[in-house]
Amino acid sequence: MPVWQVLAALGELASQGLLIPHVVASLARVAGGYLLAAALAIPLGITMGWFPGAFRALNPVIQLLRPISPIAWIPLAILWFGVGDLSPVFLIFLSSVFPMVVNTTTGVHTIERHFIRAAQNFGVSGFKLFRLVIFPAALPHIIVGMRISLGVAWLVLVAAEMIALHSGLGFLIMDSRNAGNRYDLVVAGMVLIGMIGLLLDGRVRRLERLNQLRWRYGR
Amino acid sequence: MADKVVTKAIRKAFPTRGGELPVLDDIDLSVADGEFVAVVGPSGCGKTTLLNIIAGFERPDRGDVYVDGVPVSGPSPKRIVISQQGSVFPWLTVRRNLTFGLNGRPRDELRRLADQYAGLVGLQGFENAYPFELSGGMLKRVEVARALVVKPEILYMDEPFAALDALTRFRMRLELLRILSHERHTALLVTHDVEEAVQLADRIVVLTARPARVKTIIDVPFPYPRRLSSADVIELKESILRELGVEALTSAAEFPPGPASAAAR
Repeated sequence: MPVWQVLAALGELASQGLLIPHVVASLARVAGGYLLAAALAIPLGITMGWFPGAFRALNPVIQLLRPISPIAWIPLAILWFGVGDLSPVFLIFLSSVFPMVVNTTTGVHTIERHFIRAAQNFGVSGFKLFRLVIFPAALPHIIVGMRISLGVAWLVLVAAEMIALHSGLGFLIMDSRNAGNRYDLVVAGMVLIGMIGLLLDGRVRRLERLNQLRWRYGR
Repeated sequence: MADKVVTKAIRKAFPTRGGELPVLDDIDLSVADGEFVAVVGPSGCGKTTLLNIIAGFERPDRGDVYVDGVPVSGPSPKRIVISQQGSVFPWLTVRRNLTFGLNGRPRDELRRLADQYAGLVGLQGFENAYPFELSGGMLKRVEVARALVVKPEILYMDEPFAALDALTRFRMRLELLRILSHERHTALLVTHDVEEAVQLADRIVVLTARPARVKTIIDVPFPYPRRLSSADVIELKESILRELGVEALTSAAEFPPGPASAAAR
């Protein structure tokens, strides 16, 4: 597939006014599933990391569900949420929740004990301990989890959008193949997914340069 | 002077695969109000465990720790620990580290206190710096200032300057003495550095190797500041080293003949 054909396909999408809507639809689904996953996974991971009882109770469930591919959930997703926006959001949620839970838990588990002891020495406990010590100490691991999840979420996008209607980069790829073997559009969709993935990862990596995090990542 | 900290018959053993490993064996010691006591012992003799028990982070198997006659059940902001590895929070600025232990005060008072103590330890100008921007000696100053700002009654120090280079370590001891002369605290230091103990303490408790017992307690009668090169101080240091089983090689007969002695002949 010559490069100019792919560029021409991208130009065709842009001139038809389809490029931006496909990208926006995909980004919105990824953002929805991903943010829902983060909202659940980070508090859950902190709880599992801090309370041994929570870890013992929940870790087997997490490890049981984690190896099941999001693709395997597609039939159930259609059954529960139908064909539309909710199913892809659900699949992206499923794919991105586990790396964040596991990394957040590890982040809390690996907090060095002398930090916790220093906080207790100064009489800091309860919610303040979480806000001032546990969360910031685990944050470098949490961000690693968020990076992995973002990659995975973007990865399952195409599969997730097989059950989307009329929009999204995954839909574009499947539809271009089904409606006339337009492989130039297929590759154009692939290129767009790759480029957006690169941009998103760059955004998340910028977090690592925050002063609150530099201690873990080095200079 | 009244006793501030008292330990009574503290015992501690750690479970290992081959059975119990006794670490502390009937440790009795006391620190008077305003006194500076150093506990010296060989590496691995249980000094850190002893300090963790006294500070309330660990429970002894038997025996009790009393502060002002009240049994210790846990750590308290009245008794702050300064440890070897340092526990300045790397995700907070110097100022936020200094105000970490201060609760329920207006913001401008927090700021004023933080800046005052930053000045006391020579960190003015670094209030907004993050720990990764500071040297090891400066981090130790942050930790000392963070301990002092909550006005603790007792300072517990676990080899506080061991991770620093020799010059910085020496400077930090002098700084500590200067600060303690301003704000007299009761202080308990555990260290394997006999020189540090001799330079800082009113009284030195010498422990045996594991399981640790109190071997002897030595008063240090010299006024501050102490010159480490004075004959009295050197003699005291050597007597403590002898207690620890480290004999200074004093007679020529103990040296194996080497190139240096051959050249002299």
